[in-house]
Amino acid sequence: MKNEIVIAGFGGQGILFSGKVMVYAGMMDGHQVSWLPSYGPEMRGGTANCSVIISDSPIGSPIVNDPEILIAMNLPSLDKFEDAIVPNGVAFIDSTLITRKVAREDVKSFYIPSTQMANDNGMTGLANMIMLGKVIREVPGFELDSIIAAIKKVVPARKAEMLEKNIKAVEMGYNYEG
Amino acid sequence: MAEKVLMKGNEALAEAAMRAGCRFFFGYPITPQTEVAAYMAKHMRKNGGTYLQAESEIAAINMVLGAASAGQRVLTSSSSPGISLKSEGISYLAGSDLPAVIINIQRGGPGLGGIQPSQSDYFQATRGLGHGDFHVIVVAPSTVQEMVNLTYDAFDMADLYRMPVMILGDGILGQMMEPAEFPTESSRKLPAKDWATTGTKGERKKNIVNSLYLDPAELERTNFERYERYEKIKATEQKAECFMTEDADIVVVAYGAAARVAKNAVLAARDAGIKVGIVRPITLWPYPSDTLKEVAKTAKAFLSVELSMGQMVEDIKLSIDCAKPVYLCNRTGGMVMKPDEVLAKIKEISGGLK
Amino acid sequence: MAVVFDRPKALSKVSTHYCPGCTHGIIHRLVAEVLDELNLTDRTVGVAPVGCSVMAYNYFECDMVEAPHGRAPAVATGLRRALPEGIVFTYQGDGDLAAIGTAETVHAATRGENITVIFVNNAIYGMTGGQMAPTTLPNQITQTTPFGRDVKLDGYPVRVCEMLSTLTGTAYAERVAVNNVKNVNAAKKAIKKAFTYQTQGKGFSIVEVVSSCPTNWGLSPVKALEWLEDNMLPYYPLGVYKDIGEEENK
Repeated sequence: MKNEIVIAGFGGQGILFSGKVMVYAGMMDGHQVSWLPSYGPEMRGGTANCSVIISDSPIGSPIVNDPEILIAMNLPSLDKFEDAIVPNGVAFIDSTLITRKVAREDVKSFYIPSTQMANDNGMTGLANMIMLGKVIREVPGFELDSIIAAIKKVVPARKAEMLEKNIKAVEMGYNYEG
Repeated sequence: MAEKVLMKGNEALAEAAMRAGCRFFFGYPITPQTEVAAYMAKHMRKNGGTYLQAESEIAAINMVLGAASAGQRVLTSSSSPGISLKSEGISYLAGSDLPAVIINIQRGGPGLGGIQPSQSDYFQATRGLGHGDFHVIVVAPSTVQEMVNLTYDAFDMADLYRMPVMILGDGILGQMMEPAEFPTESSRKLPAKDWATTGTKGERKKNIVNSLYLDPAELERTNFERYERYEKIKATEQKAECFMTEDADIVVVAYGAAARVAKNAVLAARDAGIKVGIVRPITLWPYPSDTLKEVAKTAKAFLSVELSMGQMVEDIKLSIDCAKPVYLCNRTGGMVMKPDEVLAKIKEISGGLK
Repeated sequence: MAVVFDRPKALSKVSTHYCPGCTHGIIHRLVAEVLDELNLTDRTVGVAPVGCSVMAYNYFECDMVEAPHGRAPAVATGLRRALPEGIVFTYQGDGDLAAIGTAETVHAATRGENITVIFVNNAIYGMTGGQMAPTTLPNQITQTTPFGRDVKLDGYPVRVCEMLSTLTGTAYAERVAVNNVKNVNAAKKAIKKAFTYQTQGKGFSIVEVVSSCPTNWGLSPVKALEWLEDNMLPYYPLGVYKDIGEEENK
């Protein structure tokens, strides 16, 4: 297996966190993994993205220039990365915040109104996990159980009340038909 | 070996340092290495050690000098502009024969430069990390696991050779997360620190930690002695990893994060039928010249892949006595080449060879 | 026969390189006497500066570290943190402490770093041959103020004890002088208090010693002491600027 993923959106949307959950799950499943964030002064409000690689062979460059999977959580992110997606790649779009469609015809696209779903269900701030749920549903190689186990690892103990919410959000995305 | 944990490179460096017995950290915030300090701040005092945020990089390196004088394992960490400020203190550490470990998570320069990953402090680290005749050992990890392993070894080499050791990383390695596991202890046999200024306790003559020699003959002698030690280090501590070099016509030379990008390109070039391999220097001083010399017996051309303006080309040429052409594929200022750019260069060189 | 005068044990049995009439010798002796009397020498590490006292590591019979110019308080911080049972002092001149090392001085003080600073203020750079110091007086002639220090262009002298006494972390700051017997005795008392405070973990202590530089002032040793009294003491009044021990006793 080899998945090269870019997750992109605003700072504060939990972009880096959902990437971290993915690599933790990949590591616990015995894969090679790497996670590389964009970094800089735009801690909040600017753009954020991270490169995630999950592979069965040693990982060379941790930079994903041409993602097989793009998770885009705002319009600038889709604009920036759409052309980079490999042919026959997959795009997951937060359709609450991105009103346009993916123009590429050689990319399989899923539209999830994750920000709206999060807000409607008292899960503001967990649109990232709803997106993640949909990704593991659609992309072979990810298991729901592994992701849930990873969330248990990654959510700090002092935020125990967030654990259930995160898991619920992933499940909501996983079960979203669309 | 314990369970694998997922950590940022910067955090792994800090954790490894503590596990290697470092109980003193003095630093000053600078992107992209701040996680080292943050991790230390969180854990060092709980572990019975000292974490102190100094008023400047200059103060931090001198606090390092103080704690090292007292015989303690001590670490400081910074990024390029901060290392320039530390270079005064590093020269004094070298001149006083003090062990210490210095991390440089490089960013683009010169001047304030940028904050994105770079390898443009290569000359500074390997040639001129301060005034005077001296070297520091420079290790260049390429994975988070290697950041862990080399941190243990950096402290050991510092103590063994009584000199500063620099861990030279970059923003990619510092910021990325990979699984790592932590060895339980280091393996080298180390001498007692009977030179340390800990108070005589009435049991010995006083110790002096000093780099001042007003008598030029005496200063020359200490420099000669130090360079004899450097020769020994050159003979025993060179380290490099070879990948697919046995039959390689073209040998890529790259370290740190650039080596990872280059590896993707090498694998792609092999798929295209080009005989190419990589020598990845793990020590930058001493430079792994012996490995390059050996490889140069069969290789037809070398390609330096680096995130700087060809700074490593000199060391490759010196290592092989300019016996083969040395090409350059580089980006700088915080830009990172794509594997395709390296692949194109490999193909170009390969075309010229036929 | 009773010994009435002897070399302190904490002072090495070597001749110093200081110029005739220089007061560094007196100040070295006072520090050494205090280390003897408080029985601290065996657990003390001294930090020498860059300046005339750069070779102080040869003169004190305790472990010594030679610091880069101005960095003695930072070096002392590293030592002090690494030696919880130790005693750490710096011995610094005016250029070292109040020019190139101002940041290190101020921040060691504000951290309340538990060290003792012996600050020798003679209003001039001695080792490099008599240039303007941060404490050079207005109109004072030096090699780099050949027409006298013009405060409009060269700035004003720094009053270190006054400055550091504003910091919460400073436990004790006193200015003394070594121009006569009475002042020398007072200087020793101050140095003793500073080291005593360190043994009690009270924090940062500094004793500023107003002293002379006959060579670079171009005066005989006796005239230099007179010049000190007439010119330096009005600008640098002697006295206690901060003493948390006194405040605690109130």
